[in-house]
Amino acid sequence: MSEPPGATIAPEAPPVADEPSKPLAAQRVLPLRRPGRWIATAVVLVLVAQFVHGLVTNPFYQWDRWGYWFLRPTILDGLVITLEVTAYSAVLGLLGGILLALARLSKSPVLRAVSWTYVWALRSIPLIVVLLFLYNFSALYKTLSVGVPFGPAFFSFDESKLATDMAIAVIGLSLNEAAYAAEVVRGGILSVDQGQHEAAAALGLPKGYQFRRIVFPQALRSIIPNYVNQLIGLIKSTSLVFYVSLLDLFGTAQSMGSTYPGDIVPLLLVVTVWYLILTSVVSVIQFYVERYYGRGATRSLPPTPLQKLRAGLTDLRARIRREAAV
Amino acid sequence: MSTTDTLETAPAALEIHDVHKWYGTHRVLDGVDLTIRPGEVTVVLGPSGSGKSTLLRVINHLEKPEIGYVSINDELVGVKRQGDRLKELSERAILAQRGRIGFVFQNFNLFPHLTVLDNVAAAPVATGKLTKPEARALAKELLERVGLGERVGAYPRQLSGGQQQRVAIARALALRPGVILFDEPTSALDPELVGEVLSVIRDLATSGTTLVIVTHEIGFAREIADRVVFIDHGRIVEQGPPSEVLDRPQHERTRDFLSKVL
Repeated sequence: MSEPPGATIAPEAPPVADEPSKPLAAQRVLPLRRPGRWIATAVVLVLVAQFVHGLVTNPFYQWDRWGYWFLRPTILDGLVITLEVTAYSAVLGLLGGILLALARLSKSPVLRAVSWTYVWALRSIPLIVVLLFLYNFSALYKTLSVGVPFGPAFFSFDESKLATDMAIAVIGLSLNEAAYAAEVVRGGILSVDQGQHEAAAALGLPKGYQFRRIVFPQALRSIIPNYVNQLIGLIKSTSLVFYVSLLDLFGTAQSMGSTYPGDIVPLLLVVTVWYLILTSVVSVIQFYVERYYGRGATRSLPPTPLQKLRAGLTDLRARIRREAAV
Repeated sequence: MSTTDTLETAPAALEIHDVHKWYGTHRVLDGVDLTIRPGEVTVVLGPSGSGKSTLLRVINHLEKPEIGYVSINDELVGVKRQGDRLKELSERAILAQRGRIGFVFQNFNLFPHLTVLDNVAAAPVATGKLTKPEARALAKELLERVGLGERVGAYPRQLSGGQQQRVAIARALALRPGVILFDEPTSALDPELVGEVLSVIRDLATSGTTLVIVTHEIGFAREIADRVVFIDHGRIVEQGPPSEVLDRPQHERTRDFLSKVL
């Protein structure tokens, strides 16, 4: 619960109790009491406590088995696969998205149409269908895969069976991700003021420089929150790669679950906690990246959590000292 | 690096020859001819929608004229002669030409994500004219010249409007242009900030740079202009020294306009 902002400041006003002798104007205004807010807070706290209590004490969750599985090497192997697939797809998807967005914004009607059609098609087809299609496609034409233009990831993993599955998963997710990223990037570019394009053109900045140094960094301010949203969706979408026989975090838990049917719930909890951790890490990174690209957007940068903590502690100390002095 | 070495440029001559510009059926410029001598200060006046901003944007080819051409020191801007036709230049060539024509916008259009210093130093580096240290030294010098030597590390949004516009002028100067175009440089400013921007422009005018200024500051025009040009409906109605155009206007429309803004 946060204090109302007025409560922590105003150290210059002496915390004198009501002194009837003082003129009315010199006394601090008594804040309004809000009993409704206190009651609502109490009710919510009770509900939260109940939920946590149930989570801890209900034997259904088998927390001891959760502890057994959480850091098992098989689970960690799955986690590594999830991270790899996410990382490759996020980068390739974003690059593809940038190209598609530029094509969509270009003056060539052909480029615009191709970009629009791609986004339309890939957003319409369920990801699982794309993945299964690619899976069967590569089973039929094993040699064709070399020519597919997501080169680097492909060549290095071409050898083993697992690597091919990895490539399929990455390509499928990247194709899908690029369609969504394209719209995110396009929105970001459109959000940059027309005057910025004009100023860059009037200064005679080379075309590539205009995009890389002037327009794109400003577009990133709106791209980042939307793309992180996308990214979190992607992290969870990676659980679909199980269907192209790649054992990611979810896939591993799934297969362990069929070997140890009694542990299905703790295994699902293991997966849940790992996904929570991944999402949290991404959110923290997002905060700092947004802060970096927010330079100049506001008069002063928002404080980091550490700075907030420090300011909060200083505040608290001042308050305690003040209260103690009375 | 001495001041004269980095800041002074040979002022350019400008010729605008029979320029026509239209959007659909709307004629914005309808045959404008204007010859500006090196070092001349020209103030363009006119009611809103008269085409004066468009004229300025045609000079540095932000807008392409449908007919006619602009030349700076006898070099065509944005086009080249091919037989008896004019052919548009490549984008790269146009961008290169823009380095010789400074442009100051009404809304400053500083790059908000770059510091004041980087705003000024960016263009000379990006266009390969100076190395990064050279550009930064020049930027510092220019910012001192516009009275902002203390604020080099600030971001544009941390500055007042008047300060931002002075940075924008320094940014235009960094390419050492032969001519500088001002598109209503004080129209977006609070009244008490107008003076500081005008005084920077006044310094430029007295230093012999070719300036073309679109403004509504009639008093300022009278003070610094060598020539005042009055435009209405995309045509030059009359032009001459301020003592003639502002004090003894020959045309009804000029008189009408001046009576409204004075």
